[in-house]
Amino acid sequence: MTDKVARTRPESFFSDRFNVTPGLMERLLGNNLAGRVDDADIYLEYRINEELVLEENVVKKASRHVSQGAGVRAQSGARTGYAHTDDLAIQNLEEAARQARAIADRSGGSGVIAVPGRGRPHDLYTLAEAPIVTELTRKLDLLRKIDAACRAADPRVAQVIVSLTSEEVVMLIATASGWTVGDVRPLTRLNVTAIAEEGGKREIGGFGGGGRVPFDFYLEAERWKRFATEAARQATLKLSAVDAPAGAMTVVLGPGWPGILLHEAIGHGLEGDFNRKGVSAFAGRVGQKVASELVTVVDDGTIANRRGSLNVDDEGTPTRRNVLIENGILRGYMQDRLNARLMGDAATGNGRRESYAHPPLPRMTNTFMLAGEDDPRDILRSVKHGLYAVNFGGGQVDITSGKFVFSASEAYLIEDGQVTKPVKGATLIGNGPDALTRVSRVGHDLALDEGVGTCGKDGQSVPVGVGLPTIRLDGITVGGTAV
Amino acid sequence: MSEVDATLLTDVLRRATARGATAADGFLIEEQSFSASVRLGQVDTVTHSREQRLALRVFAGRASAAASTSDLSRESLERVVDEATALARVTSEDPHAGLPDPSELIERVPELELEDHEGSEPTPEEKIELARRAEAAALAADPRITNSEGAEYFDRRARYAYATSHGFARGYSTSSFGLTVSPVASKDGEMQRDAWYTYTRRRRALEDAESVGRTAAARALRRLGARKVKTTEVPVIFDPDTAASLLRSVAGAASGPSLYRRASFLFERLGTRIAAPTVTIVDDGLLPGALGSRPFDGEGLATRRTVLVGEGTLESYLLDTYSGRKLGLVSTHHASRDGAGVSVGTNNLMLLAGPTSPEELIGSVKSGLYVTELIGFGINGVTGDYSRGAAGLWIEDGRLAFPVEEVTVAGNLLEMLDRIDGIGNDLVLRDRVAAPTLKIARMVVAGD
Repeated sequence: MTDKVARTRPESFFSDRFNVTPGLMERLLGNNLAGRVDDADIYLEYRINEELVLEENVVKKASRHVSQGAGVRAQSGARTGYAHTDDLAIQNLEEAARQARAIADRSGGSGVIAVPGRGRPHDLYTLAEAPIVTELTRKLDLLRKIDAACRAADPRVAQVIVSLTSEEVVMLIATASGWTVGDVRPLTRLNVTAIAEEGGKREIGGFGGGGRVPFDFYLEAERWKRFATEAARQATLKLSAVDAPAGAMTVVLGPGWPGILLHEAIGHGLEGDFNRKGVSAFAGRVGQKVASELVTVVDDGTIANRRGSLNVDDEGTPTRRNVLIENGILRGYMQDRLNARLMGDAATGNGRRESYAHPPLPRMTNTFMLAGEDDPRDILRSVKHGLYAVNFGGGQVDITSGKFVFSASEAYLIEDGQVTKPVKGATLIGNGPDALTRVSRVGHDLALDEGVGTCGKDGQSVPVGVGLPTIRLDGITVGGTAV
Repeated sequence: MSEVDATLLTDVLRRATARGATAADGFLIEEQSFSASVRLGQVDTVTHSREQRLALRVFAGRASAAASTSDLSRESLERVVDEATALARVTSEDPHAGLPDPSELIERVPELELEDHEGSEPTPEEKIELARRAEAAALAADPRITNSEGAEYFDRRARYAYATSHGFARGYSTSSFGLTVSPVASKDGEMQRDAWYTYTRRRRALEDAESVGRTAAARALRRLGARKVKTTEVPVIFDPDTAASLLRSVAGAASGPSLYRRASFLFERLGTRIAAPTVTIVDDGLLPGALGSRPFDGEGLATRRTVLVGEGTLESYLLDTYSGRKLGLVSTHHASRDGAGVSVGTNNLMLLAGPTSPEELIGSVKSGLYVTELIGFGINGVTGDYSRGAAGLWIEDGRLAFPVEEVTVAGNLLEMLDRIDGIGNDLVLRDRVAAPTLKIARMVVAGD
């Protein structure tokens, strides 16, 4: 079941397999696009994805998907023509290029080919063995061990579902200015779901992690075991949870995954497209104070082996560490090439797409708040009555009104500075432009999440990371049922 | 189905059998789509695409595996078959795995009017013009409509073919057309966005572009001046779109995989009352020309009309062959085939209309919330615990008084279904899931 794709350079991969050479791509761009549009590119992609699911201690699902295709894009002013095909035959690529140009052409282009700044791509995830090539028997053995460990963690665990996905994407991009860049991107994710039962009550808990890492990542320091026991703990804890409070109160967020706050409250609002169009609650606010001075937030696509990291983005721009908010002041937006060009900014390495079938959009990579100076224990002690939320499900934001939600899956009451009873899941709701002005304490315990995040925008999903130190937020609405 | 599709599927299944598979089935999807977005009168993005995907499932006795590919070249298909049969050898035996009995498969594919054959294909310019007109109508509706996220027209034509190693092969074709508009209203520095859409199987059935634009504008305008309210427990009315989202949660909990995992608030509730006696929820796969209709499910079983909840009682689960056998029941013909594997999906899912007009429902509330938008994922499918972000309008003395935002609505889905004390007469099947206006006697609204 091994595939040698992983060991290949993107350029030779596409020329060996499909006869699509960088020279051919440049010719396609030149013949069909050059001189008539502001920017153009061809994106080739080959993706293998494997999913294994163990349930009731049997392998319930084993699947493998292969997809391949090309997307051709031509841009003229603010208009984009995009055509894609899953058949890499040369006549299809030529047809796609013709269609893209015809679309972008309709207004009459300016005749200028933009030359994007080109930096050095990174080398963030060269692996000795890519997770997709690791033998199935090793993977299945681990899934069985996790099932056993999760059940052993607590007798109330009645059902365990373990899933392991491994993926490899080979991409190659050629632009009208004649340069070609490729990337081979490994990705894996392990998820453990536990269902606990006690006295007719049932609850669900889950935990997982991964990244652009080898399969052995899960074996390091018995990480798999921690995922298993953590899933069991989350499920059983909820069996005794009380109703969550309802109303505005002080909320302390734990380190790591609660960084989803940043992703929803400010991250999407700082993506270039929404700001160019003036539909973001943050439009025109660069240089203004949008957060407490304790707050510095970065989006960093260059952290080795992280789920949200990329050597180059999906337009070929090397990723960077972009400071979004510095000591409370809004510093800049995240940009793809189109929005950067139209706003007179530089591309920031945030042009991402779900696959060849989607045009790139400005997207986040790994978004986190830098550590502060407070001891997390002191932060909790400072709260008389509030909520301590340490784990979350998903979140969502209305970019224009700025209202965002994120749903706590593990949270506790804080009473007189002490963490007391666990509460049922509840949605927290706030207003992006003022949420971070409510940050009154920042801990010294910055942590990045375990590597499970997926972000959706315009129907496109991409892997992302978040991170946060322990913080205190004064006055955020908690959507429980206890009035 | 076309001869090319039939030959391709037959060849793949034959190879799987030759490689040692005891049974196999394949689903082939080929689609062509076009979309055009316009923003502030200018073309923004136009996309053309052509895609195909083969999803293959193979059985080695009672063990199974799935594989899919978008590369339909001979070498690629051979590789997929070999990989799937190799995978099936390492997966576990499962006594419930297997294809449906061949005698249960659909014999004659009914004509459900899922494909539009009327008129000639408009040019891309004509399609772009529809989006432009819809957006222009929104922008012209009111001086407070100051910006736009744009309007989008899209169409899609698809061919589906299903075959099994027992020699079954059937197919059908569909088309769909849509138009959406998302204007932005602003006043005194505040911005509000909303949207409206039309989505149909026939081009001619699309709602008039100007009317879609005006509705979208009205929806954005009525949100201007929104504020939080004090935390309270009040009657909550869900408009048809947000009420439809409650149905999706019910369908998720009634689906086979959630049930055999005991991970559903409807576990062991079959035959019991789970909602107010006025509530009837139906899934119908056979409505002519409807968006959720299809002649057969992802395993070749004829779709039908299923009463999920009849006068408050849970009458049926939603099952595919595997989850049916696993629960000691039989498939309800709800297998869905997105990706390589088989899951459970609904067709046209509807909560049937009641006798009351939406105005009367609002008129019956002294103080409460009329919900027009829900955001977030705060639904626990195991317990039914429910907590989501909401926006809408506050009801005072039976009238919509002022817009509300940054609040949550919370409760438990079983309690919410039980507390439905008003059902609107305004059911319109605008999408695959639809509900009329629903009134829930009381929920917690959290704000200040």
